[in-house]
Amino acid sequence: MALITMRQAITDALREEMRRDERVFIMGEEVGVWGGTYAVTRGFFDEFGAKRVRDTPISEMAIGGVSAGAAMNGLRPVAEFMTINFAFLALDQMINHAAKVHYMFGGQIKCPVVYRAVGGGGRQLGATHSHTPDAVFAHFPGLIVISPSTPYDAKGLLKSAIRSEDPVLFIEHHTLYQIRGEVPEGDYTVPIGVSNVRREGRDVTLIAYAQGAQVAMEAADQLAREGIEAEVIDLRSLRPLDMEPVLASFRKTFRAVIVEEGYRSYGVGAEIAARLQEEGFDYMDAPIKRVAQYEVPLPYSRELEQSALINKDRVITAVKEIL
Amino acid sequence: MNKATLLEWYRQMVLVRRFEQKCAELYQLGKIGGFLHLYIGQEAVAIGSIGARREQDHVITAYRDHAHALAVGTDPKFLMAELLGKATGVSKGKGGSMHFADVKRHFWGGYGIVGGHVPLGTGIALAEQYKGTDAVVLCYMGDGSTNIGYFHESLNMAGVWDLPIIYIIENNQYGMGTSVERASAVPDISTKALPYGMDPRKVDGMNVVEVYEATNAAIKAIHDGKGPQFLNVITYRFEGHSMGDPLRYRTKSEVEKWREDDPIGVLEREIYAKKAASKDKLEKIDEEVEKVIEEAVDFAEKSPFPSPEALFEDVYVEGQPA
Repeated sequence: MALITMRQAITDALREEMRRDERVFIMGEEVGVWGGTYAVTRGFFDEFGAKRVRDTPISEMAIGGVSAGAAMNGLRPVAEFMTINFAFLALDQMINHAAKVHYMFGGQIKCPVVYRAVGGGGRQLGATHSHTPDAVFAHFPGLIVISPSTPYDAKGLLKSAIRSEDPVLFIEHHTLYQIRGEVPEGDYTVPIGVSNVRREGRDVTLIAYAQGAQVAMEAADQLAREGIEAEVIDLRSLRPLDMEPVLASFRKTFRAVIVEEGYRSYGVGAEIAARLQEEGFDYMDAPIKRVAQYEVPLPYSRELEQSALINKDRVITAVKEIL
Repeated sequence: MNKATLLEWYRQMVLVRRFEQKCAELYQLGKIGGFLHLYIGQEAVAIGSIGARREQDHVITAYRDHAHALAVGTDPKFLMAELLGKATGVSKGKGGSMHFADVKRHFWGGYGIVGGHVPLGTGIALAEQYKGTDAVVLCYMGDGSTNIGYFHESLNMAGVWDLPIIYIIENNQYGMGTSVERASAVPDISTKALPYGMDPRKVDGMNVVEVYEATNAAIKAIHDGKGPQFLNVITYRFEGHSMGDPLRYRTKSEVEKWREDDPIGVLEREIYAKKAASKDKLEKIDEEVEKVIEEAVDFAEKSPFPSPEALFEDVYVEGQPA
């Protein structure tokens, strides 16, 4: 086991998959000569060359669609959106094309494309560059949506995504790139669609993913010092959504707080809360709480932006309201 | 052009014409639902260009896609079954008129979002280049598609990467009810190829032989290292944009004038001029096509609707997750 960053784990997954399978290639803005604007593909251009590490023009609609077409015709593209905010431009390709062709043509076409995109707020980038729109993408059947919270999961899930026969959106949160974690040397995969218990506890269930899981873990640590044992479930993928560990935990704690960085309205928390009352109504001892981003476009000014985002104190407050 | 080929094109163009006329009839009867966009008037475009295609070459188009499926050789009965929403349809009754596909014949489908398939076709071409084959992609679209962002981003990327693709503009003069002159800042669509390093060619889309020759030349140009190709094929749809089009945007006399250049009539005259066949021979082909259409309708009518379980099939390749 090595202690590596999430960024390194993603880099390793991409490099190992490219070495393993000639069909895997990368395309996106500044992925090649520049080495990736988040340095995820640094050194790839030298190792794999211009054919397999393809710098594109600034053309998100074409990045979304050309990669999907290449996937339909037998390749394994990993298309990178420099940030998930720019993926909005490709929404039609992802939702109306990549996610539909298998069904719409009666199973004749497969589209095993992976879209990678970094997202999230908190870096003073202003309203258009700070979205956490994961729930938007997870709304539509046909697309798989993954967003990991640890280096181990990032590497194992990205490998599963690349090997999947279905289109995948792989969302990375920029604040997690520097997080370190234990990652085994060499090849392993993490199955898509399996939620993970990151911490066990008997008093309350915290349900989260990606950066929200990080915040939930910090909150759980502090709660533990106060004698409150929170169980933390990391969803890891939003579609497919594995509710089993969530329900198992809820049947034990009877209380739940859902933590997500996106907006509360129509969000991941709304979905989880609805399923908890549908499938776990008899175990509900308190209202299900949601901790999410306040419903404003994110502002530039540092403190103002931070005040709109989730943090461990908001999670702790929510927990104490229902204990 | 040899006589047998001319007669085969005649058969295919009549097949498309009769197929579309039958579709209109079944639509009026309420047997075909959704949108229905007929190809009547444009037959020479799909038949001539796909006539030049080699087995390994790919075809992808927009929602006016019946002719392309027929041209690649898909049995009309599976197409008619698709239109009737039957389980035996090419897309198992899940696609409908706008979403025919026959991937084993390298026909990647009709697509309903204007321009949305243009990057897909470009990606299919990228895959062929990547694999090092000599296959090319015939990527069809209407004149209206040349105004959408997809067109510009895709052609630019194909130009940058030298992809083996022919963009074939089925320029039928109208994007729905808006004429090219009212929708495009440059009325000559050919000029839109220039910024992307392509040498456009304007083609008479009512003449199947010309369309064939232009496509053939474009395939050769790709193999000669000249990069992606652009054909501005001038044609006309005799019917409305889709069923129920009130046709307020053009005059009857305009349509009548174009009907003088009916592509089937143009080919007939060519056949007689070349003494490729007698009137009797062509009538015999007409009758054979009629029979094929009847059989297709019969097959479609007798086919079962999709089972209730089919609803959840093929959402994902690897099964339906929660």
